[in-house]
Amino acid sequence: MLTRLGHHVNGALQRLGFAARFFVMVLLWSSQSFRRLHLTIREVYYAGFQSLLIIMVSGLFIGMVLGMQGYETLQRYGSADALGVLVALSLVRELGPVVAALLFASRAGSSITAEIGLMKATEQLTAMDMMAVNPIARVVAPRFWGGVISMPLLAALFSATGVFGGYLIGVVFIGVDEGAFWSQMQASVDFRYDVWSGIVKSFVFGIAVSLIAVFEGYDAQPTAEGVSSSIKGTVVKSALAILSLDFVLTSFMFREA
Amino acid sequence: MAADHLVEIRDLDFAYEDRLILNGISLQIPRGKVVAIMGGSGCGKTTLLRLIGGQLRPSRGEVLVDGQAVQRLRNDELYALRRRMGMLFQFGALFTDISVFENVAYQMREHTDLPEELIRDMVLMKLNAVGLRGAHHLMPAELSGGMARRVALARAIALDPMLIMYDEPFAGLDPISLGVIGHLIRSLNDALGATTIMVTHDIQESLLIVDFIYFMSEGKIVALGTPDEIRASKHPFVHQFVFAEADGPVPFHYPAAPLVRELLGKSAYAQP
Amino acid sequence: MSRKLLDLWVGIFVAMGFASLLFLALKVGNLAAANFSETYPLTAKFVNIGGLKVRAPVKSAGVVVGRVADIRFDPETYEAVVTINIDGRYHFPKDTFALILTAGLLGEQYIGLDPGGDAAMLKAGEVIAKTQSAVVLEKLISQFMFNKASEGPVEK
Repeated sequence: MLTRLGHHVNGALQRLGFAARFFVMVLLWSSQSFRRLHLTIREVYYAGFQSLLIIMVSGLFIGMVLGMQGYETLQRYGSADALGVLVALSLVRELGPVVAALLFASRAGSSITAEIGLMKATEQLTAMDMMAVNPIARVVAPRFWGGVISMPLLAALFSATGVFGGYLIGVVFIGVDEGAFWSQMQASVDFRYDVWSGIVKSFVFGIAVSLIAVFEGYDAQPTAEGVSSSIKGTVVKSALAILSLDFVLTSFMFREA
Repeated sequence: MAADHLVEIRDLDFAYEDRLILNGISLQIPRGKVVAIMGGSGCGKTTLLRLIGGQLRPSRGEVLVDGQAVQRLRNDELYALRRRMGMLFQFGALFTDISVFENVAYQMREHTDLPEELIRDMVLMKLNAVGLRGAHHLMPAELSGGMARRVALARAIALDPMLIMYDEPFAGLDPISLGVIGHLIRSLNDALGATTIMVTHDIQESLLIVDFIYFMSEGKIVALGTPDEIRASKHPFVHQFVFAEADGPVPFHYPAAPLVRELLGKSAYAQP
Repeated sequence: MSRKLLDLWVGIFVAMGFASLLFLALKVGNLAAANFSETYPLTAKFVNIGGLKVRAPVKSAGVVVGRVADIRFDPETYEAVVTINIDGRYHFPKDTFALILTAGLLGEQYIGLDPGGDAAMLKAGEVIAKTQSAVVLEKLISQFMFNKASEGPVEK
């Protein structure tokens, strides 16, 4: 029993060590992926642009739900004018970065893992290595950076469409005063403390999700089951990483506020 | 002496975790020849190719390719050496996201600054050599197994390597494709003035095209010789292999307790 | 897909991303309105600041003109020393009155500035002399109870 536990802990630590070494390797080989920018641009297309639809639609719906729920609650206390503040703050600080990152992990992260895992299973990575092309520089680093670049932009798009959704419900359908909606929002949402920390969060999430996705793919067992369990690993580990990092970052960022 | 051998392996051991996969292998591959390394599945043949390509490092012993000790090369030196090697993987390992043309052009684009027209001409020549010039616009998913193998072959020789390695080039091919690939392996080697190492268990096809054969079993070299010597060999393992007998030095049964004892209940599977 | 088309889509994506960042910064946040490019500090001493916090707005006539930058405790006078950053566009007379107010009954607290009539203006780093502390609810209630108690016998 204890031996089994020890074995598992040992295995987990080894994997963590390998992941850390892998991260350093990716960073070391990154210069190549920037020198050949089109490789990274291609990945921004696959990771970022192709996630656009799901991100914007989800953002819109979450904003609309916030608008309805927020109005329902706020009007009991006679402060429906603060609807804009509620919608904007919850999106910019929390929901934007977190939900966008979760969607990104399951939409783009899993497909990055699948792609790299399949390339490994079909010996494409080994073949590349034998052709004197480093697979980390050629395959892994561009996907990593594509994810890191896309994530903050997607989070910003998510928050922006969310605010628009809240506006649509609050102002257009329910009839909260438009001036109050925007002005209260602007008075209470601080750029540096709220918007900027949201961007920082989504940047950190982007690094975490992209790293998990490329690592799971690169470390996959080269079989069909291996790849599918790696995809599962990407989604589960990304979600855990996003939520726990969110807790840590939030407790640092908003300590004084 | 050493100059005549492009690849020389001396007293090589390779262990994966605790399992010894290769045990005291020594062999020489002469320049310009086609050499087959044969043996049953899982006897360490593919591992041997990986060691020659420098993707694995031996636990003991030396791998010399063109006079360089592969296991001691730095990363950039290893990559420089690999540019002069071509390797065909068991199932082709074509890049599935780019076309046949781009697959063959891959190394030219990665390693050279040649103008586009020249790359185009070279790629079409390579594809012509394997008879697939007309298929240059197809995606790998649209190819049959034999065609994919031929495209992979064109890719392996894209930079005119001095050493071409084949990992099970005949696996899973129909008899016609098999003959085509076998013929290509021989003719490309001679046309390019290259040296070929072929890892396979397809004895009949190999006997027709190779110059020399090494037999491996359980991590050791058990027999060697030219095709004629092999055909005439009295060595029990070779005999079993050449005539595809079910039982012999390579047993039909995986090591197990005597059947009678297991059936009588003192089973090894019984839970304690 | 050709590389040109791909570049175009990525360009559109990045432009959209930056547009929404801009939207968040300008329309949702207050980068334009409240992160004043130039500010000057003023200090004010209060006997009690109640629940005032750093970053709370400073308003005059209901308009945000600055933010609380720092709150310290002065061990000599036992007062709270509040530093506020005022938008460089606005200037207030020397006899301006600083009050700690509450938005709504239980809302957040902010500093209100009531301009006086002095011709001389407050300069950077100067101290606002006239202040009024926060209304502390407990004190208010006990005062009210005390008054009621003293009125009590008259009514009876």
